[in-house]
Amino acid sequence: MTRRVRSYHEVADPGAEDILAQVGDQGRRLAERLAQVGRVVAVGSGKGGVGKSAVAANVAAALAARGLRVGAADGDIHGPSLARMLGAERRPLAVGADGIEPAAGVAGVFVMSMDLLLESDDAPVRWREPAMGGFVWQSTLETGALRELLADVAWGPLDVLVVDLPPGSDKLERITGLLPRLDALALVTTPSEAARSVVARSARAAREAGIAEVGLVANMTAWRCPSCNAEHALYDADGARALAESAGLPIWAEIPFDPRLAAETDAGRPVVLAEPASAAARALIALAGRFA
Amino acid sequence: MKFLCVPCDQVMAFAERELPGDGTLTAVFTCPGCGREMALLTNPMETRLVSGLGIEIGGRTVPAQPMELVRSSLATGGGAAFADAAPETADRPATPGTVAWSDDARERLANVPAFVRGMVKRIYGEYAVERGIAEITPQVMDQARTDLGLEGM
Repeated sequence: MTRRVRSYHEVADPGAEDILAQVGDQGRRLAERLAQVGRVVAVGSGKGGVGKSAVAANVAAALAARGLRVGAADGDIHGPSLARMLGAERRPLAVGADGIEPAAGVAGVFVMSMDLLLESDDAPVRWREPAMGGFVWQSTLETGALRELLADVAWGPLDVLVVDLPPGSDKLERITGLLPRLDALALVTTPSEAARSVVARSARAAREAGIAEVGLVANMTAWRCPSCNAEHALYDADGARALAESAGLPIWAEIPFDPRLAAETDAGRPVVLAEPASAAARALIALAGRFA
Repeated sequence: MKFLCVPCDQVMAFAERELPGDGTLTAVFTCPGCGREMALLTNPMETRLVSGLGIEIGGRTVPAQPMELVRSSLATGGGAAFADAAPETADRPATPGTVAWSDDARERLANVPAFVRGMVKRIYGEYAVERGIAEITPQVMDQARTDLGLEGM
């Protein structure tokens, strides 16, 4: 006679550890936190080095400069830079009854980033780990860290929470699985032919995740000569439009290359505040206006 | 994750959890029908995978602390990243006037990374207060680690 043992779903008792309930609690905590946020806006990119974090920092600063209450969460766990770009200093974060108090950035932006937790500027994000198997648990740990950065911070009521995503379309899927809602996604890219498939992949992931508003932000589109004032395309002059068409996305912003954008933002002075009249700043301020 | 006692066809109940401190975890389950016990043993990699989910086998005995996963897992965290983790707080009782720390326990607490020391001290303090323990000793800390599932603390 064959013995039949009941399967998981045939056993109604959740078990003493009730892992599903614990995971459910985490989700509830995150949902409760985001319930106090008017709009959750993510800034992502299919690949790195396209200026995603600088766009995120400037959008957050521009929104705060309009008088909105803005939070900025650095989802780039292993490459954190948002705190520095928003001028938030590394100092002890208060642990209150409602969670960790975020750091204060320029224009009153509330900031949380792994950057703020590291022992020094040059310290890498390194985890206490068993000798083997990092590939098994590291991704889980990073997602857990991102959840805590969003859910365990006492953001308070916010008009907008800007989330700077780590590069990669896979990361986009991870965060859309984690967040109970994501109202808008700005996909940052350079308008290069090489970015075409990367952008298309990210756009598809965003559509499949059901994000209501998704748009393309073409960065470093052109360069204006300071001597003759002539504008020169850095990539194919029609590259942004071609990318947007092939990915089926609207163009939300075309940001010209401006050394001041990187220099000022890297120094903790977002260009939208430091050089608001510059063409790059104007494009970023207009982009931010979409999320106000 | 559920454990089913096959002869009784009953879900086994969580009984106790032990954390030897070497990254492994032992969780004991008992069948409410026949009383048979079994132990789940996880290696450091498996223990880390579970803790990375922010869950505790056997259920939570203390509420989740703010950013406890990051604070207990980040090896390169700054000692003063959190106000309750400032080194100078280490010598103050977690609950002034109610719980004392033995010298041995203070010494052991000093070995906890500063990044998480404040949080760990508070948890041990609350554990002692809830159980009417007047002084925290290394033995109390061992028991708390087991009871609360404080992996690596």
